[in-house]
Amino acid sequence: MFRNVAELVELAVSQDKKISEIMIEQEVTVTGRSKEEVMALMDRNLTVMEEAVERGINGVTSHSGLTGGDAVLLQKYIEKGNFLTGETILDAVSKAVATNEVNAAMGTICATPTAGSAGVVPGTLFAVKKKLNPTREQMISFLFTAGAFGFVVANNASISGAAGGCQAEVGSAAGMAAAAIVEMAGGTPQQCAEAMAITLKNMLGLVCDPVAGLVEVPCVKRNAMGAANAMVAADMALAGITSRIPCDEVIDAMYRIGQSMPTALKETAQGGLAATPTGRKLEAKIFGMPLQEK
Amino acid sequence: MKYRSVFDIIGPVMIGPSSSHTAGAARIGRVARSLFGREPKWANISLYGSFAQTYKGHGTDVAMIGGLLDFDTDDQRIIHAINIAKEHGMKITFIEEDAITDHPNTARVIIGDHDGELELVGVSIGGGKIEITELNGFELKLSGNHPAILVVHNDRFGAIASVANALAKYEINIGHMEVARKEVGKMALMTIEVDQNIDDQLIEELEQLPNILKVTKIVD
Repeated sequence: MFRNVAELVELAVSQDKKISEIMIEQEVTVTGRSKEEVMALMDRNLTVMEEAVERGINGVTSHSGLTGGDAVLLQKYIEKGNFLTGETILDAVSKAVATNEVNAAMGTICATPTAGSAGVVPGTLFAVKKKLNPTREQMISFLFTAGAFGFVVANNASISGAAGGCQAEVGSAAGMAAAAIVEMAGGTPQQCAEAMAITLKNMLGLVCDPVAGLVEVPCVKRNAMGAANAMVAADMALAGITSRIPCDEVIDAMYRIGQSMPTALKETAQGGLAATPTGRKLEAKIFGMPLQEK
Repeated sequence: MKYRSVFDIIGPVMIGPSSSHTAGAARIGRVARSLFGREPKWANISLYGSFAQTYKGHGTDVAMIGGLLDFDTDDQRIIHAINIAKEHGMKITFIEEDAITDHPNTARVIIGDHDGELELVGVSIGGGKIEITELNGFELKLSGNHPAILVVHNDRFGAIASVANALAKYEINIGHMEVARKEVGKMALMTIEVDQNIDDQLIEELEQLPNILKVTKIVD
């Protein structure tokens, strides 16, 4: 069983395999399930992701009314063709937003690695799909590659906002997505690790400060930027850019930053954006309580 | 390593909005229900840390009750779980605790009916994954990674050996095992994580053994 990114890359390189293949083989060994069963389980998760994106880009609103409809706005904007960045990156952002809007509306999603960060991996996957035309099996492989990197983060640091802040949730998700994009685009296992490192470095220190404790503001837009970050980092890694700090050390830094982060900024709705005047007003309105109680 | 499967990372399929506060909470409730063996008539749930601060926004309360109603993380009925529980006549109390716990997402669940009660402490460690750290006053470490058997027994010689022998007869391999007791010679709890699925017949056989009081299985 690989314990860190260096071992994961070494396993892939020495056996001339992809990261996704190493992850599938490990899953078969650990769980005793057949490869077909493991692939079928991931296929089901992929279907859930597809359905959530589809629902989100057609418009959904959360119970609180705080989020919803932004994925639609962005899709319409892309259609007009006057965008400043690029179609693939905006499509990824829109589909990441779509998934998180569905999540906020208590819809069905697949946690990747968590529900609050569930937009980034499918958002980038379905946007890159348009560009690279992968087979269904390659799309399933994308999720195994993302899962392999998430597995390392979960076991060496944290994937929970309450334990490590948003850097542990959207940061991990974005790193996982960047690595998976690189593999799908034909990059090497080492380039996957570079993409993960570059992404996560730019998410370090990100706090978890949800307004009213809801997975809505700023979570939906953090997924949007997580997706954008992953896309750019993937392109950087594919261009041959490397991270001066190795991926495992970046993950370790993320863990330590999470530990030293104050509790008020770790999913307690006590600090950051949650504690702004507007954040407090929204909270009081949603829960129908006097403002001074908080 | 706390996470063993790729589906701990890519998964679970669940009702939003939070894997730790919604899916994890549902799983803690469902384990409590499974160990209790039936739907409870009342539930007192104490929430600590981030659970206590943000449970309303995350639907932790509805998810926890959904778990007590035996709903899985992707069951749409979770959204209406509190109303469903009330229709069933379940009396529910949530308590926001101030105490600092080892992990920020911790819940103490006490459920019961006129025939008995059960108390457990569950921790939602992230991404929907949970651990059970206490059951009826016994400390334990149940990862939920494998099928498990919980055996309440009298703290007497031979009890552990007889359970192990029965497992061997059914060709079930023990991956992890621990025994906890509150006082010497009184009641004790065996927590056994196994590699194979557990047959109901084995559970019945275990319950027939001397000094074995109650056997519950938790399936992966």
